[in-house]
Amino acid sequence: MDKRAAFRSWWLPSLFALPQIILILLFFYWPAVAVLRWAFTLEPPFGGAAEFVGLANFQEVFADPLYWNSVGVSLAFALCGTVATIFIGLVLALAVDRQLPGSGPFRFLYILPYAIAGPAAGMAFRFILSPERGLMASVNAVFPEFWNPAKYGSHALILVIVVFAWKWAGYTFIFLLAGLQSVPRSLIEAAAMDGSGPVRRAVDIQIPMLAPTLFFLLVIMMTEGFVGADTYGIVDRTTEGGPNHGTDVMVYRIVEEAFRGLNYSGASAQSLVLIGLIMIFTFIQFRYIERQVHYK
Amino acid sequence: MADIEIRAVRKSYGKNPILHGIDLAFASGEFVVILGPSGCGKSTLLRMIAGLEEITGGEIAINRRVVNRLEPRERGCAMVFQNYALYPHMTVAGNIGYALKVAGVPKAERLRRIEETAKIVGLFDYLDRKPAALSGGQRQRVAMARAIIREPSVFLFDEPLSNLDAKLRVTMRAEIRKLHQRLSATSVFVTHDQVEAMTLADKLVVMNKGVVEQVGQPLDIYHRPASIFVASFIGAPAMNLFDADIDLDGACLAFAGAKLLIDRALAAQLGAGTVTVGIRPEQCIVAPDAKGGVAMKVDFVEELGSGRVIHLELNGHPFAACVDEQTRVRPGDWISLVMPLAQLHVFDQKTGRRIEVDLDPRAVRGPAGQPALVTV
Repeated sequence: MDKRAAFRSWWLPSLFALPQIILILLFFYWPAVAVLRWAFTLEPPFGGAAEFVGLANFQEVFADPLYWNSVGVSLAFALCGTVATIFIGLVLALAVDRQLPGSGPFRFLYILPYAIAGPAAGMAFRFILSPERGLMASVNAVFPEFWNPAKYGSHALILVIVVFAWKWAGYTFIFLLAGLQSVPRSLIEAAAMDGSGPVRRAVDIQIPMLAPTLFFLLVIMMTEGFVGADTYGIVDRTTEGGPNHGTDVMVYRIVEEAFRGLNYSGASAQSLVLIGLIMIFTFIQFRYIERQVHYK
Repeated sequence: MADIEIRAVRKSYGKNPILHGIDLAFASGEFVVILGPSGCGKSTLLRMIAGLEEITGGEIAINRRVVNRLEPRERGCAMVFQNYALYPHMTVAGNIGYALKVAGVPKAERLRRIEETAKIVGLFDYLDRKPAALSGGQRQRVAMARAIIREPSVFLFDEPLSNLDAKLRVTMRAEIRKLHQRLSATSVFVTHDQVEAMTLADKLVVMNKGVVEQVGQPLDIYHRPASIFVASFIGAPAMNLFDADIDLDGACLAFAGAKLLIDRALAAQLGAGTVTVGIRPEQCIVAPDAKGGVAMKVDFVEELGSGRVIHLELNGHPFAACVDEQTRVRPGDWISLVMPLAQLHVFDQKTGRRIEVDLDPRAVRGPAGQPALVTV
């Protein structure tokens, strides 16, 4: 029997779908079309219709060494951020999964940071890791200039990655813990009987069984690191892309160009390149890494 | 080769006691089967020997070494799990050789031993397969090979055959027995299947509700069950159990409106009161013309091929009796059921324990007034 509800008229289902269609058109297709148009046109400085310029916007973007700097920074940020979040989430999940007495509250605590907005976390870490008064100040007192994100680009990059990992480790933790709990307990026991200790069991049994979850998190976290709202928010609240463009990730640069530099055309061209990059990365991940994943 | 001693072992989860003081001793090389209904604590006991469950109280010693605080890997036990617990991402060879890999055995040596073990269990041609590509029986073999390759001093089996179909179960049962003869490691086998228990065990341990009901050789337990529970649990079809009043004046056991004459002196020895009496269906005699039998109505008949089980009814009390192929009865027939006195088991109703008494009137008194078997 056909269980779908069938509408006889065409206007009633359309009416039901309308709010969603309007939302998608307004916030997805319209901006997408606008970006496409801007990427190939240039606004005259003193008003008038936009002028078609072909690939000139792209040529200008690619010729800019600062643009290539931001690509490198974004790559470093996304890769390190992804590795850090997954690694921290995995260690925490493995620890909580052992269900030692008193581990219950930690399950809750480890998830909490995910509920905090990225910019807010960035703001907090600006103080926590401030070279003058924060946690690292005492280290700086012994080794001067050991930590100064306001001065060194690499330190600043580490700072934003730490904030990103702090927030998103809670997210990977949830998924990895759920994955670990679906590994049959008897497998762990069999490995224990086979003489394998907790760390060896994690490496030999639990992590291979988590492969699908890890792959999912890899794709999600890479995308989040490249284009996530948090990436922009964290950079904006902590380093503002500096010092000397040391944390100038691609999303931050795009927003800066568009809304502070008012260069819509250049920003749109960069957006298109970023979208292309994400597609290539995701393709590579599915093509080459997913093959190694053992689905049950 | 190792002996196992279990001394006053208790287990509780929170306030929930599971095992109430278990005392057992298994000799080196023995095949021990722990039998009991589900929830009796038999698997828990096995897992405590393995080191997978903490011991709440008491001691477990393997080879005279107390293992309470030892990790599973330090106890020298290998275990076969009910669901096999094979590592799904490793090949058969990887599964079998994992313990050696962890122990750091060099690769060449490892491969040699994997092949050797695979030959023992007949898996040589499947070494490159993943567990998902194996049948239930083959997976079972991988699980056994994984245990064998470690050359353990103790083998632990946690209901390893319960996921197999009936035919395969019989084959694997025989293979486990053969394997034991070959390796002669002390084996502890947990099951709820009494056929497995009877066929495999050198020593049978019957457990119920966290206590050991009886320990002994399988035949001993079959012939002389120590309690009402053991009597009802061992044997298929189950033993007929009924409450009987001891009539001192008439020197008889009165039950369900019928009477069984017994020796007057024996009746006096048992004393007035109610006891639980049992007799196995296969020891009841059904004969239309038999004397001294109790008349019962046939309720229904179960065909077994080699014989049949007839279910009878006496004033609302069910009875069962095994008969051969020649005895033909139909539901509604009346038959005479003879219960040989020598085959009756008597149990104390309060404690549920066996009362050692031979009701056979031809029994002669032993020196201390104890009944003994007669030689006719």
